[in-house]
Amino acid sequence: MSLALSDNTAGHRAQVHRSTRASLVGLVVAVIVVVSLAYGPFAFLTKGNQQNLTTLFIYIILGTMWNLLAGYAGMVSIGQQAFIGIGAYGIVYASDILGLGLWIGLALALVISGIVAYLVSFLAFRLSGGYFAIGTWVIAEVIYLLTTQINTLGAGAGISFTAFRGYKPEIRIAVVYWIALAAVVVAVAVTYLLLRSRLGAGFTAVRDDATAAATLGVNVTRSRRIAWVVAAMGCGLAGTLLAMTTLNVQPGSVFKIQWTAFMIFIVIIGGVGTIEGPIIGAIVFYALERYIGDVGFWYLVILGIIAIAMVLFLPKGLWGLISGNGRLRLFPTGYRLTSPLPTPIANGTPDSREGESS
Amino acid sequence: MEWANAVVQGLLLGGLYALLAAGLSLMFGVMRLVNLAHGALAIVAAYLGYVLVQNTGLPPFATIIVVIPVMAALGWVLQSTLLNTALNKQALAPILVTFGLAVILQNLMLQLFTADYRSIQVGDLAGASIQITPEIAIGVFPLITFIVGVIVIAALQQYLARTKTGRAMRATSDDREAATLMGIDNKRIYALATAIALAIVGVAGIFIGIKTQFNAYSGDTYLIFAFEAVIIGGLGSLWGTLAGGMILGVATTVGAQLFPSSGTLLADLVFLAILAFLPTGLFPKVVNG
Repeated sequence: MSLALSDNTAGHRAQVHRSTRASLVGLVVAVIVVVSLAYGPFAFLTKGNQQNLTTLFIYIILGTMWNLLAGYAGMVSIGQQAFIGIGAYGIVYASDILGLGLWIGLALALVISGIVAYLVSFLAFRLSGGYFAIGTWVIAEVIYLLTTQINTLGAGAGISFTAFRGYKPEIRIAVVYWIALAAVVVAVAVTYLLLRSRLGAGFTAVRDDATAAATLGVNVTRSRRIAWVVAAMGCGLAGTLLAMTTLNVQPGSVFKIQWTAFMIFIVIIGGVGTIEGPIIGAIVFYALERYIGDVGFWYLVILGIIAIAMVLFLPKGLWGLISGNGRLRLFPTGYRLTSPLPTPIANGTPDSREGESS
Repeated sequence: MEWANAVVQGLLLGGLYALLAAGLSLMFGVMRLVNLAHGALAIVAAYLGYVLVQNTGLPPFATIIVVIPVMAALGWVLQSTLLNTALNKQALAPILVTFGLAVILQNLMLQLFTADYRSIQVGDLAGASIQITPEIAIGVFPLITFIVGVIVIAALQQYLARTKTGRAMRATSDDREAATLMGIDNKRIYALATAIALAIVGVAGIFIGIKTQFNAYSGDTYLIFAFEAVIIGGLGSLWGTLAGGMILGVATTVGAQLFPSSGTLLADLVFLAILAFLPTGLFPKVVNG
């Protein structure tokens, strides 16, 4: 998709592109990967592979959602575990306790996550910056503590998820794997389309300079609220997947702040503010967890050191390295100006609508 | 009359929360940096006190002589190296760096001390109390905590109001560029502010270690309490922070009676109610902290 700007200088036309050759290749590769992954359980993926990939998919969703908040809307939340917990408890409540079955339960869990996020946004948005971060954490703590007071949800002891009762284990694992795969595709696609939209341009404008964005007619609070609600629903989706994989929802486990720490590591390692970053970050994070996770607490110490070093010295993460600081884009969300004239304008600001936060 | 007792205990507990909040408030006030490692650093100080008491036989309160300078030095070094660098980077860098620091410190402590709970033993003092009325007794140790909290807040207030470096801190807080033009070295001021903040955290850490059993995860709760006290009191008001700490203290002790299984729930709800109805806190911008 490209639209031509009129340019009077004798036949030269500057053009604004939204896609690149790399992004078309990227789309084809993404489709091939997703289709092969979907076919995997019939051919080359063992039960163990499927379970591992389900975990990876959960990480990709979480990273993508935290990145939508921090990387695009400029909001650092350390309370996203609230919505993981709500998603997990929501699906158990709707599917099992209300008896609505898996699919309606899944949908309802997402709706509940969105509604709660919308409501608490009116409290959280009274704070900004670092205090917003701690405020979201307090809200997550309150939701956690309130949950442990509800006997229907098993109070402090947790509750089993029984919607899969009657499934053979290998069927259940494959079904959950497919749901997780579909969830990743939906989460990444929704984020991508959202960021490509007018709203997405508004997010980055708000992130880079909220005052300037407001003077240009961006409704700052509304933009932030939409990002916040979408990210909450995404984390709720991850929560439902956790319930499906563990079949047992425990408050101390689904509401733990480590989830948010994981999201932050994933996004920082992969690269903040790009669609590709959290996907790369989740893969690296998963690999690190799998291969050096057995060194106990040292593992998180090492991750913390890596994260700080990357924030300070490689702020665009691994994807920034791979893509040559953003020149390669598989999921371009901005606008790209090309001109047949060798003017420095076109080369200097290839993605002027996608300013970086600095 | 256990309620009256709970209220009195809570008011005194407010002194500890105010100590924690003062450091957070100082760093935010001077350089707009919210230190997410604040709670973890308090627990570092608590472990430092614990190790000193265990290995040197130093009396518990005397460990402050070592802990304060060590924490202040740590603050100076942290600010001069890591945090000043982060403040010059992208907008999210300071929050992410202090979050990373919290994760590192917490897991280092888990590695060194395991998740077992420890506490600094003070012997008879722990149970000593003064009987006010037949029903109400004031614990000696909570009273000491409160008095120290008030003294530290008052001293910090005077330091910021009356000394030259205190004025430089407030100037840097109001307008960094203008302060720099007046010859103030803002990096040095930042390092000094963090050193003072961590010295106060050091004192708070010792009191935490004596008051309760703690492990590496305990810092999370204290970071939340410090933050809540700052917001309840109103940003930038040190005495407001003390009032906020006392309100939280009462909410904690009364809440522990109401919801024994979720001790901090009432305190968090009180905080959210104040955020909803009094978003600028109880004492907004009385004095620049």
